Amino acid sequence: MSKPIAIDSVSKSFATKEGSLLVLDKFSLNVAPGEFVSVIGSSGCGKSTLLKIVGGLLPATSGTITVNDNIIDRPGLDRGFVFQSYSLFEWLTVKKNILFALKKSRLSGKEKESLTLQFIEEVGLKGFENAYPQELSGGMKQRVAIARALVYKPEILLMDEPFGALDAQTRGMMQELLLRVWEKHKTTVLFITHDVEEAILLSDRVIVMSSRPGRIKLERSVTISRPRNYETTTSNDFVAIKRELLESIRQETMQTPGLL
Amino acid sequence: MKKFRHLFELRENISKRAYIWLGAGFIFLLLVLWQTVTGLGLIRPLFLPPPSAIFTEAVRQIQEGILYVDASSSIYRIVMGWGFATLFAVPIGFLMGNFKFFEGLFEPFIDIVRYMPVVALIPLTILWAGIGDFQKFLILFIGTFFQQVLMIMDNVKQVPKNLIRVGQTLGLSRFEILRSVVLPASMPGIWDTFRITMGWTWTYLVVAELVAADNGLGRRIMDAQRYLATETIIFGILFIGLLGLITDYFFKITGNFLFSWTKGR
Repeated sequence: MSKPIAIDSVSKSFATKEGSLLVLDKFSLNVAPGEFVSVIGSSGCGKSTLLKIVGGLLPATSGTITVNDNIIDRPGLDRGFVFQSYSLFEWLTVKKNILFALKKSRLSGKEKESLTLQFIEEVGLKGFENAYPQELSGGMKQRVAIARALVYKPEILLMDEPFGALDAQTRGMMQELLLRVWEKHKTTVLFITHDVEEAILLSDRVIVMSSRPGRIKLERSVTISRPRNYETTTSNDFVAIKRELLESIRQETMQTPGLL
Repeated sequence: MKKFRHLFELRENISKRAYIWLGAGFIFLLLVLWQTVTGLGLIRPLFLPPPSAIFTEAVRQIQEGILYVDASSSIYRIVMGWGFATLFAVPIGFLMGNFKFFEGLFEPFIDIVRYMPVVALIPLTILWAGIGDFQKFLILFIGTFFQQVLMIMDNVKQVPKNLIRVGQTLGLSRFEILRSVVLPASMPGIWDTFRITMGWTWTYLVVAELVAADNGLGRRIMDAQRYLATETIIFGILFIGLLGLITDYFFKITGNFLFSWTKGR
């Protein structure tokens, strides 16, 4: 149980009309149990591709990923996934959306029901159990998606820019909500974002990726004490880390032709 | 003119009442125009009989029971032709939308057939299916199926890939994803395809009843041509239009009821 996620020199290339395009180049990363790791990088650096490979939604071209020493080649209930697009089942109510995730669970109907209600409460959607996704705001939809990805208690939560489509205020609220939920369940999280502040606020460790092909450009641990909230973002430690990360990203952007 | 300015705001809504009155008013205006030109004798009744003659024709057909017989056999053909087309188009279109294998297998063939003129297939359908009702079903089937199956394939492809991925991450098998995710997600689109293709089936009715039909709304129109009974032709056309409109509303209303979760989209 030492390494829930071990990414070992994973490469990924896609076939295009101009030939093979290398997106990830021998990428390696280990994530400890209960650790919150964020990966940031400019668009097209392969960070979402990386997450999809860990999720088992895409095969790697070479290299291996193990989750608790099991080699990953398909999706599994040990890993929950939250997408940027809300990806809710619009024909199901909030409650049924979350219950859907327990389809493969061996719990009794009653246990499923109470677990679902517990998570609805944790993400602050009490009173909206019977609402349809169309009736919800973007932030509320993403709360449902988070509850749906956590309700079956996966060891690992994979999040692909989950708050990318939300406005600034909602985004801040959602970050605090995620922190609360994470501190309670201590799930291992691999989080993709292009928002530096978001990455620092949430994470134990931030990985800056280089532009295509994606490699690790900088790795920075964030030792700011928890629990954290929006006030953390104005502390000296926070600002110092932010400056360091922004500088690294800036360098990367300047070096890459065509990104400016 | 200032008073009506609000009716002409760019892309802005107008009141629902005004909206309905406009549509009804335009049809009324056409009727008045029609009555005027025919009433003044500007056009000979052979070319365009007055609205009153159409009305008299309607009353005659209802009283003599012709309309009932025609409409019921035409509706029967429509339901069978469209029904068979749908019975095949839904599963095949669904497979084509989900599996590139089936898309590659069927699409070239369907693309070829769907550009063949249905009228030109009449001789062949008679050769294959005789001159009974089955030949009519076949014409309606051919006219409907090959368009419908591609539209259903498109409906299925509209389901976002991430929704399928969610199913995968939740440990569902391919079959479970198709049944519990793709099917419900694509149903509103498929229902709308039902509505549109049913309209097309109606337009093929006359073609289907062109040969060896004893009765039917399309048959009545073709017969009337022989006797230059213009009012019968016009009434037949209008009545087919009316039935088409009713089926359209049927699918719209049932769709809103069945898929109420799409409201607010």
